[in-house]
Amino acid sequence: MGIGLHNFDKAFENRIRLQIMSVLVANESYDFNSLKDLLAVTDGNLASHLKALEKEEYISVSKSFLGRKPNTRYKASEKGIAAFKKHLEALEDLIKQQKR
Amino acid sequence: MENKDIYDDISSIKTIMERSAKFISLSGLSGVLAGIYALIGSFIAYKIIPIYIFPQLFAYYATGKEMTLGMSYDTDFNYITVLIVIAIVVLLLSISTGILFSIRKAKHKGQKVWNESSRALLKNGLLPLLAGGCFVVILLMQHYYGIIAPACLIFYGLGLAAASKYTYGDVKWLGLSEIILGLICMLLPLYGLLFWALGFGVLHILYGAIMYYKYDRGNRAA
Repeated sequence: MGIGLHNFDKAFENRIRLQIMSVLVANESYDFNSLKDLLAVTDGNLASHLKALEKEEYISVSKSFLGRKPNTRYKASEKGIAAFKKHLEALEDLIKQQKR
Repeated sequence: MENKDIYDDISSIKTIMERSAKFISLSGLSGVLAGIYALIGSFIAYKIIPIYIFPQLFAYYATGKEMTLGMSYDTDFNYITVLIVIAIVVLLLSISTGILFSIRKAKHKGQKVWNESSRALLKNGLLPLLAGGCFVVILLMQHYYGIIAPACLIFYGLGLAAASKYTYGDVKWLGLSEIILGLICMLLPLYGLLFWALGFGVLHILYGAIMYYKYDRGNRAA
């Protein structure tokens, strides 16, 4: 089963990063705290994964203030959505191969 | 990549996408209760208001205010007030039941009630509802009582349909049913109360029960 593997995105090897990307693909944008609640992860853990995705330019960040509270929102970039789709296709290929 | 890993990845993508985009703490049971409140309210209205008043109240729609024929402004004002009070009580009871049950269900699932998806749900549903609310108040002020029931049903249906993207798909079908019922009601203005009872009572019970059996029953978190 060598074919599909090279399509696998290293950035999505981690389950949390894959989940973050799923949320951002399904929604226009999402804020830090809602992501934290949804994925049930710690601040530091989530922040490091978000940083990694940001470094790949898969997501974009916008910071603003809601009253006095900082509000950080994340958005999937076009590059990120394309990478996510490619990753899903790779998963699909793998399943198809195994069924054969 | 192990076989199991792939399936885990895919199922986690699917659930996270659904949970992030849809408000799934909506409770079917609260829909059933809202329907029961509406039926009780309609029944009380039906008992309080003498049957012969209905054509006089609602015939405004067809022929204008001149139709009052011997009915004083006071009588029409009193009966309409009764209907408004009942409708508001039913509305408040239904909303508080809905919120209460959603909080309970969210707690049971370890989720928050006030999250991205419930905000999106309200943001999208509220516009048709507010527009409809203003429209109905204006109808009341202008004494067009005959179109109030269909207007309530149609705008409520539009609100549900608009919000349905952010919760269970069944809500969209409930919305469409309300709109269709409202349009039929528009053709039969004298039966406003009956259609109101069908739309807010029977349909809520029906869809509430469907949603309860589909989503709630398994995990005991009605």
